[in-house]
Amino acid sequence: MDETVELKTNDKVRQLSKIEEIPASDLLERCLELKREGLRFSQACAAYYEDKFHLTYTFSNYETLEALSLRVVISPEEEIHSITEFIPAALFYENEMKEIFGVKIKLITNDLDNKLYRINVEAPLGVPQEEKKEEENNG
Amino acid sequence: MGKRSVIPFGPQHPVLPEPIHLDLVVEDERVIEAIPSIGFIHRGLEGLVKKKDYNTMTYIVERTCGICSFQHGMGYCETIEHIMDVEVPDRAKLLRTIWAELNRMHSHLLWLGLLADAFGFENLFYQCWRIREKVLDLHELTAGARLIFSVNTIGGVKRDIDEDKQRTILETLSEVEKELKVIEKTFFYDYTVESRLKGVGILSKEKVHELGCVGPFARASGLAVDLRKLEYAGYSKIDFEPITSNDCDSYARCYVRLKELYQSIDIIRQAIAKLPADKTLSTPVKGNPNGEFIMRVEQPRGEAFYYAKANGTPYLDRIRVRTPTFANIAGLCEMLKNTELADVGLLVLTIDPCISCTER
Amino acid sequence: MAILQFATQALKNLFLPPVTTSYPASEIKYPEGSRGHVEIDIDNCISCGMCVRSCPSNALAVDRANATWSIDRFDCVACGFCVDKCPKKCLKMVVGYQTPEFEKSVATYKKSEEQLKKEAEAKAAAAAKAAEIAKQKAEAAAKAKAEE
Repeated sequence: MDETVELKTNDKVRQLSKIEEIPASDLLERCLELKREGLRFSQACAAYYEDKFHLTYTFSNYETLEALSLRVVISPEEEIHSITEFIPAALFYENEMKEIFGVKIKLITNDLDNKLYRINVEAPLGVPQEEKKEEENNG
Repeated sequence: MGKRSVIPFGPQHPVLPEPIHLDLVVEDERVIEAIPSIGFIHRGLEGLVKKKDYNTMTYIVERTCGICSFQHGMGYCETIEHIMDVEVPDRAKLLRTIWAELNRMHSHLLWLGLLADAFGFENLFYQCWRIREKVLDLHELTAGARLIFSVNTIGGVKRDIDEDKQRTILETLSEVEKELKVIEKTFFYDYTVESRLKGVGILSKEKVHELGCVGPFARASGLAVDLRKLEYAGYSKIDFEPITSNDCDSYARCYVRLKELYQSIDIIRQAIAKLPADKTLSTPVKGNPNGEFIMRVEQPRGEAFYYAKANGTPYLDRIRVRTPTFANIAGLCEMLKNTELADVGLLVLTIDPCISCTER
Repeated sequence: MAILQFATQALKNLFLPPVTTSYPASEIKYPEGSRGHVEIDIDNCISCGMCVRSCPSNALAVDRANATWSIDRFDCVACGFCVDKCPKKCLKMVVGYQTPEFEKSVATYKKSEEQLKKEAEAKAAAAAKAAEIAKQKAEAAAKAKAEE
């Protein structure tokens, strides 16, 4: 009991997860760099807030358990390049982003064409429907 | 080249009651390719975040999965605690560790039973589930429910494990350990089990790395990736080493999970011994979270990933739960290439699929 | 590699008593603190609606005008969050799970007549008291004015 280290608010977890903001054009290059460094692709996810898509690509290190997240902010109309060409693990994540959020991703190696999730609604967590309609009305 | 045909597997299949669908492209009896599709029961839990405040979300996130529910709740709470900079009392941290390991034990025992069932060893299946029942009783004793604990709150835990209960846990665990020895012998040395598992479904270390597989599935291929080493909850006080195997086959996956059962028992013993006398269970939390955080938690099935983005209101902008099965599906499809059609059911099971939990 | 590794245990199992309980013939003992279902002490309820707002599965409803509290027991996930949130502590989790039924139904609890009467009386008394105080104040003010 006595010699155990004081537990701080999980310092280690906090130190080991970093978020790095990069422009969309640098995504492929950065991902390739991280892959060459021997990091493992952990996950990719999208979030829609403040009228923008915030994409997070996380890579993690086996030894140090470090997690480095690349943050790309794009507008809903913008297209982004798929990273599946050299990171096959990203396939399902990118398909998920596409189906659930409606992020426009081009050149996915195995585009499941809205078949990964069998749901009726198109992009349920993406741009809210009312806004879309308004945009259409305005356009 | 033989004639190719496509055989659908699932979403309703005797080997597992979970809705995953695979289109198996077969040549004679050999699987050439497997194309998965999930989402038959997509629940949209992540979407609920806009309607329920962050405290209520604890109970919703927890219900992502019926098997590893505690760890989902814990992962979510730790994420929000990091955003709000809340210090959880030591006792709560160790209690979380105990519950997390009990959860892992029940999940692995469930899996071992299902595995025995998948290769047709009914008797062993019931034996595993009988042991699991004891762990479930411990759940109900300590948390009040057999599967979904609902003991996590943001800032700590809601219930305490008092000394009587600690004693019951320790007694039950020694019984469980004794009974595990019996099934261990069968799983490790029995002829029928070995002939069904050895050399089946090999996935090399390089492939596991490339496809980003996690958990016991990755550890069975020699990658010592165990997120408990991140020292979330009370794991910084616990002494343990990840269990790995270099065999890369189904037998190795079974070996890793069985050994992890003993490891969990050991961790619970250590955690109970280290429970501090201070009985504070939670830190009061005030205000709303603002910021974002990425948290990873080692679940029975592997690394689960939580990402929360808060904006200063009670409603979060986004909560992302990446379940371990989602990461392992890519590995599964790779593993299924060039296997016998008869092994598919077993191999789908060896990644310990929790499809319903993938369908957040 | 060996054969019949499981034989000893299998033989043993033949002579062991059943592990399962023959429910409902024999009674089951739930451990203390088991979260079975929510119960309400309706007479203490102040119809504040905190439970409704905290419920993750929208199983609860409160009607302030009719003084009722209702729960859809089949929607309730027995998380116990409403119990934590209740300011009057009139909700509690008790042992005993929801029994299976053929149809979903909503259980409604209404405050007892005596309690409603009591509350009405209390309300009337409070109103009377407030009126009294107001009257006194007015009188005092009038007096002060007159003295001026």
